[in-house]
Amino acid sequence: MATGQLRRFWDEFAENKVAVAALFVVLALVALALLAPLIAPQNPYDLSSLVLSDSRRPPGFVGSKGFTHWLGTDAQGRDLLSAILYGLKISLQIGLSAGAIAFSVGASLGAGAAFIGGRFEAIAMRIVDLQLSFPAILLALVISALTGQGKLQLIVALAAAQYAYFARTAHGAAVAERSKEYVEAARSTPLSSLRVLFRHILPNCLPPLIVVATVQVANAIALEATLSFLGLGLPPTEPSLGALIANGFQYMLSGRYWISIFPGIALIVLIIAVNIVGDQIRDQINPGLRR
Amino acid sequence: MVSFIVQRIAQGIVVMAAMSLLVFLGVYAIGNPIDVLLAPDATQEIRTQTIARYGLDRPLYEQYGQFVWRVLHGDLGRSFVFNMPVTDLIFMRLPATLELTLAAVLGATVIGIPLGIYAGYRPQSRTARWIMAISVIGFSVPTFWIGLVLILTFAVTLGWLPAGGRGETANLFGIEWSFLTGNGLKHLLLPALNLSLFKLALMIRLARAGTREIMLTDTVRFARATGQSETTIIRHHVLRLISIPLVTVFGLELGSTLAFAVVTETIFSWPGVGKLIIDSIQSLDRPVMVAYLVLVSLLFIAINFVVDLCYVALDPRMQKG
Repeated sequence: MATGQLRRFWDEFAENKVAVAALFVVLALVALALLAPLIAPQNPYDLSSLVLSDSRRPPGFVGSKGFTHWLGTDAQGRDLLSAILYGLKISLQIGLSAGAIAFSVGASLGAGAAFIGGRFEAIAMRIVDLQLSFPAILLALVISALTGQGKLQLIVALAAAQYAYFARTAHGAAVAERSKEYVEAARSTPLSSLRVLFRHILPNCLPPLIVVATVQVANAIALEATLSFLGLGLPPTEPSLGALIANGFQYMLSGRYWISIFPGIALIVLIIAVNIVGDQIRDQINPGLRR
Repeated sequence: MVSFIVQRIAQGIVVMAAMSLLVFLGVYAIGNPIDVLLAPDATQEIRTQTIARYGLDRPLYEQYGQFVWRVLHGDLGRSFVFNMPVTDLIFMRLPATLELTLAAVLGATVIGIPLGIYAGYRPQSRTARWIMAISVIGFSVPTFWIGLVLILTFAVTLGWLPAGGRGETANLFGIEWSFLTGNGLKHLLLPALNLSLFKLALMIRLARAGTREIMLTDTVRFARATGQSETTIIRHHVLRLISIPLVTVFGLELGSTLAFAVVTETIFSWPGVGKLIIDSIQSLDRPVMVAYLVLVSLLFIAINFVVDLCYVALDPRMQKG
């Protein structure tokens, strides 16, 4: 995209104050997650720094280490604010990596199928359609149950559950592109097919894919949290936001709400903010909604 | 039409075969169930005996062959943990899940469609904006989080409703149901609400989009010209026209609601099949996992098949192809 276009895109984006605020929230959360090791009062993974007698204390409690736990502590005596900052980092990391992998695999498969055509296209898109008829949560659940716990396994499970959305979108866009004259022109030159596909066709399929990407990153974060909540995501030693919520769930019935509620608020603020930004981008990119 | 059905059935069989193989291999690649079944101090003799009893000493392809053979005879194996046939176990748990799913989908439809029609009828009103805000929340906030907030609000803080379990059940046609007793209904309310919120958001959006579109058409203009009241127009024209896509979605969503029930059942300790699968994943109860996954795939293939048939029946253009 040329700079002028980008500028116009931003000007239009800036007209929607809610979207700008949401974008600010997303950026702020990303910054907090990146800076977590510097700003968190405690390293929640350092088990030796945890004091068991400080566990399950309400917000505002001054622990034996001398600093105030503004959001309270969890069952292991972890400072919740620190745990949330680190958890945010893990949730974002997993959501973004799963989204990026699903994007690359799905877009290549979808556009490639449209480009190659024939039997490969028919079979590949049939598989994608079939997968889309199953809810993503079920697929992610099955795959993560099969692959076991761990960050890498979780990313694979999420990407495998989500690539089909990208493949479907890329295929639709590439089918519209492949018969255009510029593609024909590019193919008549000695450029390799791969180059035509990745440098000429795929960039023109990007706008709808970007829209899917924002939605899917938010979905990946929500899915990861759900799986971790069900005990199928990450091991409890390195909790994401979902795992933190799950850890606190058992204490909620006895009124110790903060262990679950604060990570949960961080999670939904993140998801809703990403969704609002995504909605705005979709409205701007979708030509059908253009004024 | 016949060739279409035959083609789809053949496709379904291929998918089922592939699914069962994948699930079987996948499930058998994780963990060693013997470690879960036996106490750590069990003697080698007991170990060997147990392994032989469950057929775990045979090569994988033989285990898979035996598995397929038994499944075709309606036998999905015995649960390691409950030590009873998996089919019995699943059918014992199924009514709880069905009850929850139906309550959620019905609730979403009965509440969502009127709200959606209103939001589409008066899109600029304050109420419509509130309705749309609810639908945004229903769409973007994860189900499990809404469940937690519901428990915290209605069970822990207010103490109005129980936080989990099925409550008292009553017997109908030889099956235990919760919705037949007052206590059971109280237990059903929160989980059903939790499970329905996503569908509610979906129904509101669909009904709103449909209503907005139809309100601009000549149908409504002419109906108004004949002097019909607005209520009649909405009931007779709008509702009828938007109901076709809504029925399709209703059918499709039944399946995905069954899948989402896994989350809701875990939060509210609702003893359905969703809770069963999570428990069996955690305790490495392979036969239950395989059976659940095979049955769910079968269910989804069946639902998609029925939906395709409905499309063919509704759209004459499809019948030629």
